[in-house]
Amino acid sequence: MTSALWLAALAVALAFSSGAVSLFAGRAPRLLRFQAMPLVALSGAAAAAAGLAALWQGGTVSTELPLGLPWLPWRLRLDALAGFFLLVIGLVTAAVGVYGPAYIRHLEHGRDSLPALGGFTALFLAGMMLVVLADDAFGFMVAWELMSLASYFLVVFQHDQAANRRAALLYLIMAHVGGLAILLGFGVLAAFAGGFEFDSMRAAQLPFAWASVVFCMAFIGFGMKAGLVPLHAWLPEAHPVAPSHISALMSGVMLKVAVYGFIRVVFDLTGQAHWQWGVAVLAIGSVSALMGVLYALMQHDLKRLLAYHSVENIGIIFIGLGLSLLFLSEGHTLLGVLGLVAALYHTLNHALFKGLLFLGAGAILHSAHERDLEHMGGLLRRMPWTGLFFLVGCLSISALPPFNGFVSEWLTFQAALQAWQLDSGVLRSLVPVAAATLALTGALAAACFVKVYGVAFLGRARSRHVRRARPVPLGMRAGQGMLAALCVAFGILPMSVVATLDAVPVQILGAGLPQATAHGWLWLTPVAPETASYSAPLVVVLLAAMAGLTAWVWRRGAVRRVRRGDPWDCGFTPPTPRMQYTASAFAQPIRRVYGLLFHIDEGVETQPDGSARFHSSAGDRAWGLFYLPVVAAVESSARRIVRLQSGSVRIYLGWTLATLLVLLWIIS
Amino acid sequence: MDHLLTPTAWAWAAVQALLYALLAPLLAGWIRKCKARLQNRRGAPVLQPYRDLYKLMGKEVRVAHTASPLFRAAPYIVFTATWLAAATVPLAANILPTAAIADIIVLVGLLALARFFLALAGMDVGTPFGGMGASREMLVAALAEPAMLMAVFTLAMTAHSTNLASVIDAQLGAGLVLRPSLLFALAALVLVAIAETGRIPVDNPSTHLELTMIHEAMILEYSGRHLALMEWAAQIKLVLYGVLIANIFVPWGIALSHQPASLAAGLGAIVLKLAILGAVLAAAETVLAKMRLFRVPAFLNLALLLGLLGLLGHVILEVGA
Repeated sequence: MTSALWLAALAVALAFSSGAVSLFAGRAPRLLRFQAMPLVALSGAAAAAAGLAALWQGGTVSTELPLGLPWLPWRLRLDALAGFFLLVIGLVTAAVGVYGPAYIRHLEHGRDSLPALGGFTALFLAGMMLVVLADDAFGFMVAWELMSLASYFLVVFQHDQAANRRAALLYLIMAHVGGLAILLGFGVLAAFAGGFEFDSMRAAQLPFAWASVVFCMAFIGFGMKAGLVPLHAWLPEAHPVAPSHISALMSGVMLKVAVYGFIRVVFDLTGQAHWQWGVAVLAIGSVSALMGVLYALMQHDLKRLLAYHSVENIGIIFIGLGLSLLFLSEGHTLLGVLGLVAALYHTLNHALFKGLLFLGAGAILHSAHERDLEHMGGLLRRMPWTGLFFLVGCLSISALPPFNGFVSEWLTFQAALQAWQLDSGVLRSLVPVAAATLALTGALAAACFVKVYGVAFLGRARSRHVRRARPVPLGMRAGQGMLAALCVAFGILPMSVVATLDAVPVQILGAGLPQATAHGWLWLTPVAPETASYSAPLVVVLLAAMAGLTAWVWRRGAVRRVRRGDPWDCGFTPPTPRMQYTASAFAQPIRRVYGLLFHIDEGVETQPDGSARFHSSAGDRAWGLFYLPVVAAVESSARRIVRLQSGSVRIYLGWTLATLLVLLWIIS
Repeated sequence: MDHLLTPTAWAWAAVQALLYALLAPLLAGWIRKCKARLQNRRGAPVLQPYRDLYKLMGKEVRVAHTASPLFRAAPYIVFTATWLAAATVPLAANILPTAAIADIIVLVGLLALARFFLALAGMDVGTPFGGMGASREMLVAALAEPAMLMAVFTLAMTAHSTNLASVIDAQLGAGLVLRPSLLFALAALVLVAIAETGRIPVDNPSTHLELTMIHEAMILEYSGRHLALMEWAAQIKLVLYGVLIANIFVPWGIALSHQPASLAAGLGAIVLKLAILGAVLAAAETVLAKMRLFRVPAFLNLALLLGLLGLLGHVILEVGA
């Protein structure tokens, strides 16, 4: 187990050394490509190895760092939960490290600062790993802020565009409001524990009211970082404007670090589960999943669309966590474990396919210089490898068998279907509603990715530069290929994944899911074999066998030759690329059906030259319903406070004295 | 679990899968014949769909210049996924390993996989019809899939299992008890089946009028053996939904052992049930008119509501009781 911690330390050290190397990239731009990015890849590989070792060996190992304040040393600890999230971070980071060099090549001749890109990437990475490894609230918050600040600088990297600066500022504000909530949560825990160490927090017994305060603070703070509705509006602004490999890290990995924080505080440190918490998490998770996918359907900027899908998938993860809390609160430990395993599995899956899809979007941006779906088309024939890997990502995120996204949603459904074991009738009827939302979400996600893939990769090119797109370099293809292969592998071999994940609930809940893998590697049986079973390897074998049989029978005796011709044009003029269905047209029926949920702005304007233009956009209701009222409230309270500002020093001194006296009275 | 995977069991599963593929055109022909008789026409022979498939299989394939490799792979994927989904539904005997390999949720997933590729194939050529069909199909699916899951969850919760064989066993064991939740689930499943198989009033399988078609718009560019596979997959899907409704809600007659007499009785029972369902469908299609596209969401939301009511009715009324 000590070796695992050494590997983790090596991963952090490699990340820092990548940052150190990048400092010299201003003089020698090639350093970033040939030194810094490979170091990032190695750091990811080391983190993944450390995580796997921690999961397989079980147990915990901790150490103290001679850093920080003299009476407050930093503690690091590697256990199964931390190991799992290190694995998630490591897998995506390794792929990004392979993908990165070719992607950042064109920046070498630009005006953007290369040392900033490499240095903040490294700090961001090291921050995420240290959050996961931290064993006291102090170290956790320092690492958390390192992660938030470094990612702010990556969001604002291309700062010559005003929209990017605005998105980054919004991100910075939200990250700090969230950070404050987390800090308050840790404050309450530390007050009862008498120290900042996680071990003493774990041992402390909190009354229900204070535990609920901790829960609320953690839910708000980590939920804000994870992008739960209605706090999500910063996410689709900030994630897409970073360079694509950083978007992959932010959406694929940083959101997972927030999920880690939530699990660590709620499942591990408070060590309690109350049905009220479960209901809150389940409700917010369901709303996030549904709203995320509906807003994603309305987007035509590929990277924004993917960012909204992160909101959806985080919602699905929290549905699993909510189910787990509900079952745990009523003492059904095994079902609670099932919900947690489903959530963790989806966490891993989302990191993989969202990383893959963002890398694919980056490949399109790299070779076609286009983010807008309305200008794409026919890319499958121009970039066949990217097209294939992107298809795997689309199938995985749409939760289609036999890919990995399906397995985690299947496990979540299985957990929800055990709702009949709950004692309370209200809770029993709440869970099916969440399951219905999840089903609707999955179907809408499939619709959205038919739109994305059909508009971007199929059909005909809608603009000249997309028609001239070329395949991306080998490194970028390899990075996508690694993630695509993992998506397929984790879909076909869910038993091995669940068996590995099992160490996490064993550590934090004291129980595993032994029955899930009790029937050999072929069968996944989460509750019992007669209740539900799924054999992904056999499904794949049967699909392949039946497809082979069909193709063999079907091509015998038939005319083998395939003649190419023009598509059917109804006998009128031949169809042009502009006559194809666009992304907006594809989503129009859904926009009409769910119109109430969007802020729709559409109409026809007459131009000065007499021609008419139609414009249409579907905005996010969270702005009007949540963000703008908060902004208005802050501004009006600021206007009231400003009355204190009289300009006289004596009155200020009076206020200071009064404050001091009140504080002394409180602590006396 | 490996006791399920004996060679005999595999052999029976293969026989059942082949039966599905071979019976599917028969049901399509039967429905067409019934419809023709109801409309006072003589109609094509019941075996006409077989002849159509055979004819298409022998024809040359024409593919648009603009089509990508996905266009040529899609018919095989759509057909295989639909066929495998059908193979997991017990047809004449309830003793097959396939139900354990893939439960009801996987069945819904496999149908979604087929639909995903069908819609992508529609968008591949780059004509407006394909995109139109794909967009509408995904709208219908997005509303129908949750309704279907709600209906099957009601059954799964009643049987405490998502394994289709266990569900049917539980239904047989419960005998003739009228549960409100099952009625709601049946209604939801019927509505979903109509929408998913593209029947009137949601879609019209025999139209080629551009403005109203959904399924036909997506496969407009297909010809020859590719078109045959797509048509055959649609026919299998129709049988699948028919068998699902018949065997879950009226499971009596299904064979529970490998005895030849029992198997023959099971086969006879399911053929009879499908014949009745087909005749009812033909009658419904004769008296109903096709809806406008934007009436379809109301239709499917009703299905979702019925499914949810069934599920809530089950967890509130029947679990505690």
